[in-house]
Amino acid sequence: MSEQNDPMAEIRASFFIECEELLEALQDGLQELDEGGDDPETINVVFRAVHSIKGGAGAFGLEALVRFAHRFETVMDEVRGGRMTPDADTMKLFFLAADHVSDLVRACRDEAPIPESTSEELLARLDELLGDEVETEEADASDFTPLGFSMSLDLPDLEPEGSTFEIRFKPEQELFATGNEPATLLRNLCALGEATVRCNSSELPDLEDLAAEAPYIEWNITLKTEAAEAEVRDIFEFVDGLCVLEITSTSPDAGDDVPDVDIDAGIEVPAVLEVVAPSPSQPSAPVSKKSTKDSGEEAGGEPESKKGTAPAAKSVVRVDLERIERLVNLVGELVINQAMLSQSLDQAGLSPHSDAMNGLEEFQRLTRDIQDSVMMIRAQPVKSLFQRMSRIVREASAAVEKDVRLVTEGEATEVDKTVIERLADPLTHMIRNAVDHGLEKSDTRLANGKSRAGTVTLMAAHRSGRVIIEVTDDGAGINRERVFEIAVAKGLVPPDAQLSDGEIDNLLFLPGFSTASQVSALSGRGVGMDVVKTSIQSLGGRITISSEAGKGTKFSISLPLTLAVLDGMVVNVAGETLVLPLNVVVETLSLGPEDVQMLRPGAYVVRVRGGFVPLYDLGVMLGYRAHRKTDAGAIVLLISLDDGSRAALVIDGIQDQRQVVIKGLDDSFYRAPGIAAATILGDGQIALILDPADVIAGMGNPRGADIMLSERKIANE
Amino acid sequence: MTLTVLAVDDSRTMRDMIRMALMPAGFTVHLAEDGVHGIEVLGGIAPGDIDAIITDINMPRMDGFGFIDAVREQYDHRATPILVLTTESSPELKMRAREAGATGWIVKPFDPAKLVKALQMVAG
Repeated sequence: MSEQNDPMAEIRASFFIECEELLEALQDGLQELDEGGDDPETINVVFRAVHSIKGGAGAFGLEALVRFAHRFETVMDEVRGGRMTPDADTMKLFFLAADHVSDLVRACRDEAPIPESTSEELLARLDELLGDEVETEEADASDFTPLGFSMSLDLPDLEPEGSTFEIRFKPEQELFATGNEPATLLRNLCALGEATVRCNSSELPDLEDLAAEAPYIEWNITLKTEAAEAEVRDIFEFVDGLCVLEITSTSPDAGDDVPDVDIDAGIEVPAVLEVVAPSPSQPSAPVSKKSTKDSGEEAGGEPESKKGTAPAAKSVVRVDLERIERLVNLVGELVINQAMLSQSLDQAGLSPHSDAMNGLEEFQRLTRDIQDSVMMIRAQPVKSLFQRMSRIVREASAAVEKDVRLVTEGEATEVDKTVIERLADPLTHMIRNAVDHGLEKSDTRLANGKSRAGTVTLMAAHRSGRVIIEVTDDGAGINRERVFEIAVAKGLVPPDAQLSDGEIDNLLFLPGFSTASQVSALSGRGVGMDVVKTSIQSLGGRITISSEAGKGTKFSISLPLTLAVLDGMVVNVAGETLVLPLNVVVETLSLGPEDVQMLRPGAYVVRVRGGFVPLYDLGVMLGYRAHRKTDAGAIVLLISLDDGSRAALVIDGIQDQRQVVIKGLDDSFYRAPGIAAATILGDGQIALILDPADVIAGMGNPRGADIMLSERKIANE
Repeated sequence: MTLTVLAVDDSRTMRDMIRMALMPAGFTVHLAEDGVHGIEVLGGIAPGDIDAIITDINMPRMDGFGFIDAVREQYDHRATPILVLTTESSPELKMRAREAGATGWIVKPFDPAKLVKALQMVAG
């Protein structure tokens, strides 16, 4: 066969993908068991996951993985068989073992060194659980030898000199119930050499007494072959115990030892098996008695009951991510093209009721549907990400000896695959921080009237067109005095700075800030929250922090749904064309002279339905123009910020609302605050995409303006 | 001798390996993910068109024993050769497979050539 595409490498790759799914099922199953689930199918799922990993690993000769999975599977089998009831400590060990299987899988996949010492330690602990069983299991383990899967055909070694076998073969009734067929067996036998087959049909009754499925016939075969006796026996491997079988080897001088066989009424059948009529392989109804009663045991449950509860397997097509990437890009081009087309048709002055315009409308709708569908392909539930975090919590809590419970919410929330991948590191860091710095030690918690175990909550949700991910701990909250001290000590803020609580909290995101006075094994890795913030920003996201003394801390990440397309509002500011994400725009207003009020020079608010909202001139903020005397007559976009507050942006005009394809800015550009990305508009023009919250953050804390509002009397301009 | 085979295994890797082992030998391979699915797939193939069945034991929804039972209950398949793919080669397992109506067994991990040969031998 052709090795061009290296099918084995493909299967190997697909095996590792399958492993990820199995590991997920394993994790889920253990979680369920840990939470007291006693559905027998749960333990079955856990068992099967380990079993399948072992099976595949064996096929690829991944010995370390096979060995570990085998022992894990053995223990799971004990649980499944009801011979072992796992207590809390055992469950912890199971989780560790599952994590280790996952490590081994990855090590094998990346051809990285195998963490053998952990293997040995965990194997020893698993053995402890098994107790006396180990001895017998060891034998079984050796039965399962990994085999490098090779496509080469290894032909059996042929015995150099020929020998002759006398074979007596008399099927018993059960042979027919297993789908074995004497004619086939004889044909296989004949294939080994030169055979003389004699059929003894002396027991065959008269036709009216003949039972179709009963065995009446016996065969005597003389086989001259170069094959070894083992090979001859191999032919009958599957019918061993289902027939009378005598095989004797006759050497030329031992011919006398051949037992006499009754050959009267024998028919010569020299390898032509069609002659072997009447074929007795006619089992009928009675065959179906069998072992329905105990057939469920091996899998631990009645197959019938499972049918009802288990969801049917989802049919899934695996597609190379590159192909999807290509599709996404093409759809992006399609969107741009469609925009260009609409623009030129528009400029051609066609009647909106013309066929061309109607067609265009349909085209727009279809483009949009295609785009949505393509984006759906890339979306994945955050569940896999959250599962990885549960492991981080387990490891982190063990390292700092704290009791920590991880609660996850919104696991089904779907997010772009790339976002999920790139969130893993920041989230890991945040979780470690929460466990290490956020939560108190158990005795401190108890002393403060809290539960002994701390809780870290990981939540995902869709909110106003973005994905929100929150990491919350119920710890002591941010020690603001300490944070301020450290910031001063590190020269990050002047000692006499007057900072609000929010501003102090935000010091955590400054580069080089670390509150851990002693570098712990966990979070003291030289990676600070500033790196987390940068990674989130590179995904077009924002991170905010809120904390309450004694109650805990919450980090909130807000991310765009997709990295590829944006529903945007195209606006003009000081002669520039800019795009704002449509989902932040709450309202558009036309500004009258009496609506704007000045708090102090340069700080304005606008009256919106009786309330006041801080007003910013986009043109000024982006450095396109100097401050104008009056914004009267300008258009104002009322936007909502992540924390629920509002702001008003002054622009010169609104061009359009449309979908734009996000084109990332090259890294060689300096990251300008407020600029999220760029896009190509329908007319081929390049426009910058703004992140309004970031623009405003660059102008100072909008909440600062709120505070000023509440404290000062507002003077008319 | 090329055959048409139905392979039932819940592990995608195993299904891939079976396919990879049999396709080069010119076999036509139908795949199913568990016993229930196996019965469905089998139902879509004319009985005379299937030469042999391979099945895993440990599967969700319907395990290998249940599957073999269900296949044998179909009159057309009362004598269709069924090989059990198993990681254990314990005599008990073989006995149980045989009681259910299995023709023979192949121990995993399997050698592709041996799988081909075993199928040719039972379905010859």
